[in-house]
Amino acid sequence: MSNRMEVSRRTFLQASLAAGGGLLLGFELGPAAHAEAASAASDTGFEPNAWLSIADDGTVTVRVASSEMGQGVMTAIPMLVAEELDANWKHVRAEFAPVDPAYTNPRLRSQATGGSTAVRGFWTSVREAGAAAREMLLAAAAQTWAVDVGECRTDAGKVVHTASGRSLEYGALVATAAVQPLPELLFLKDPTEFTLVGQSLPRLDTPAKTDGSAVFGQDVRLPGMLTATVLRCPVFGGKLRRFDAQAAKRIAGVREVLQISSGIAVVADGFWPANLGRDALSVEWDEGPGAELDDDIIRNQFRGAVTGGRVVRNDGDAEAMLAAAADALKAVYEVPFLAHACMEPMNATADVRKDGCDIWAPTQGQTATQQTAMKLTGLPAEKVRVHTTFLGGGFGRRSEVDFIADAVEISIAVGRPVKVIWTREDDIQHDFYRPATYNELAAVLGKNGLPQAWIHRIAGPSILARRFPDRVRDAADFTNIEGAANIPYAIPNVRVSYAMVNPGVPVGFWRSVGSSQNAFITECFLDELAAAAGKDPVEYRRALLVGHPRHENVLELAARKSGWGSPLPPGRYRGIAVAESFASFVAQVAEVSVDAQQGIRVHRVVCAVDCGVTVNPGIIEAQMESGIVYGLTAALKGQITIDRGRVRQSNFNDYPMLTIAEMPSVEVHILPSREDPGGVGEPGTPPIAPAVANAVFAATGRPVRRLPVRL
Amino acid sequence: MVSLIVNGESRKLDIEPSTPLLWALRDALALTGTKYGCGIALCGACTVLVEGQPARACVTPVSSVAGKRITTIEGLSRTGGHAVQRAWVAEDVPQCGFCQSGQILSAVALLERNPDPTDADINAAMSVVLCRCGTYQRIRRAIRVAAADKAAAERS
Ligand code: FES
Ligand code: FES
Repeated sequence: MSNRMEVSRRTFLQASLAAGGGLLLGFELGPAAHAEAASAASDTGFEPNAWLSIADDGTVTVRVASSEMGQGVMTAIPMLVAEELDANWKHVRAEFAPVDPAYTNPRLRSQATGGSTAVRGFWTSVREAGAAAREMLLAAAAQTWAVDVGECRTDAGKVVHTASGRSLEYGALVATAAVQPLPELLFLKDPTEFTLVGQSLPRLDTPAKTDGSAVFGQDVRLPGMLTATVLRCPVFGGKLRRFDAQAAKRIAGVREVLQISSGIAVVADGFWPANLGRDALSVEWDEGPGAELDDDIIRNQFRGAVTGGRVVRNDGDAEAMLAAAADALKAVYEVPFLAHACMEPMNATADVRKDGCDIWAPTQGQTATQQTAMKLTGLPAEKVRVHTTFLGGGFGRRSEVDFIADAVEISIAVGRPVKVIWTREDDIQHDFYRPATYNELAAVLGKNGLPQAWIHRIAGPSILARRFPDRVRDAADFTNIEGAANIPYAIPNVRVSYAMVNPGVPVGFWRSVGSSQNAFITECFLDELAAAAGKDPVEYRRALLVGHPRHENVLELAARKSGWGSPLPPGRYRGIAVAESFASFVAQVAEVSVDAQQGIRVHRVVCAVDCGVTVNPGIIEAQMESGIVYGLTAALKGQITIDRGRVRQSNFNDYPMLTIAEMPSVEVHILPSREDPGGVGEPGTPPIAPAVANAVFAATGRPVRRLPVRL
Repeated sequence: MVSLIVNGESRKLDIEPSTPLLWALRDALALTGTKYGCGIALCGACTVLVEGQPARACVTPVSSVAGKRITTIEGLSRTGGHAVQRAWVAEDVPQCGFCQSGQILSAVALLERNPDPTDADINAAMSVVLCRCGTYQRIRRAIRVAAADKAAAERS
């Protein structure tokens, strides 16, 4: 045990015999919660907020607080628990946790999934839960055999008495384990002792996702349930003036038509009549002043504000250098609004009764869902239960609660369980979009060709101004500047500013958030500088990444694995980009061909990632591929445009997705690391757009300063 | 009344004949493995097999498939043991999983008519099924695994 690490903070644990005769363990996360929980424990006796339970047949059930939206958290978290528990992985199951303060992600201060924080947030606490259970199982076996606990060890779901070779399965020990005193000290394994963590264990949710049995929000069915669709004003900020539901009500299966906050709800026996009913509504909207809005107006607002932004980083005196320079390089970079387009359109099911409320939802925010329902129903927290389903994609969109509010309001009105289903058109046209931004960049190169001054002025809408206004500091929203204010390059004079302009298009968190656009802007401008200096992009970055070994290592690995500098087939070009986001470091090389007829084709992507400790390489690889496809779709195709206050796009015909035929071959190389875990759900996205754009720049000699990339 | 043969069983539905098959399956028959993704034949999430051929259930009026054999993901095998499903598990293909019923059924139909598809064949057959999570590379691998598996099974 010498190389085990003692847990610095004594975790509060509570053990009790589960209803089925198993061992149930729960614990509170923060030291502040200790006292409260300890006193609560003495009179409640049984804590339902358990991280794991062990049944007498040996099944280990891990409750996962984070939402499973494809990123593999339903496997990664159980792996952490099982590692410290020394569980037999074959006996490990996962289920979604209910909503409860015990499941707060400490990084988000909410029970929520986002910001690539699941493993990072629960890294210590869920391993402690496993370790504590293990200690109690050891004590139980020692007691059973009347031997010293020091003579026992655990091994893949069993306790073994080393001297005699006797062993007992965990399942046989649960009753005795549940009455053991809570361990005073916990020991966590040193990473070199990991046997499960670091392995590409198959995902626990794969079987259910290949036989149709996985229940997504869309699939929830309850006795007596009705299905609703909602017609919303196409113009942002518009209001309902009047509507006529007569024709809608004549459609067989339509039960009710009613007004809710977001529009007009048509409630029916199933989706199809609800949808037909919605089509049959005649409505008059008060479109309001938002009806004037279009892309040109928005762009002009950005341009008018861009020089007057708040300075968020100011090293040296970049402006003075720029003013004095005769040959500064300048460029304007622009990115469009983007919809999330989760494969499963928004939906939620609510059953609001006098005595309580149940919500079934594919949500990234259990706490926010509960609070939304509490506000609308007036019920206290303990009466509002949230049942998280599988999410057919999340990407930040499902951290919102608009679809939850729809379901709760309609269920209140009709007094029955109601599932609200958004159409794809609703989903595209009533999203919270990735902010469009307008960026002025300028740089002054020194004699050695390296930048001496770097100026980046950003104008665009703020996500936090709506979502978390108290986190907007001094008119600066960190989500707009991440990936821009923290560029790692050794440049003596750097000035980054942000001008908040909120034209009225709702914006929200979109996979990798600010880095989704800022990596494109900064990494492409850097390639412009390298070209101006006549330097190779990899060499140029290498020279500037002083004191940033993690950036440099992924850069070198991606360059090496891609054969950077080696000849390519005619017509192929490479581009590289590196970005840090969510405590992970990713470099990508894209191999691209450009053809007037065929457009841009991305043939190959080599991705190098340092995400700290590797929990599950197979999942990391999948997440890198996933982030690349998400970012590539945006880079090549993604664009939401605004006309007369509404979104022009409506479905996959005009907001197209990458197809398998357009999928490049992707190679992922994971850098071994002992650092704390970084995120993996998002960091694959930022570098792909600049890697592709830089390859196009290499091919055409014309910098790409706007997305989506056009020739 | 519309009569359907779904996963080998005859089902009679009291339903508007113009209702898309998708909603007949999901709402009337509680077969929710078939997904709604776009409603206008653009995403493939609703793919089912009609007489073995992939069809977009969201634009297929239920009356048009009366009496025809319809296979949904739930009916592909009793135990999830179809060669394509096994390959999907072996390659750990799904991420969010939402598109995967459509992917699997499309792959089943592809391998039925073309046991040894080239990359181009895979592209042609599978491009109609979108995956927002980007599982395409693993889908391609899994199709190869399933093809090899079926070939081996036929030899033995
Ligand atoms: S739902 Fe039928 S193709 Fe998209
Ligand atoms: S696995 Fe999520 S859409 Fe394909």
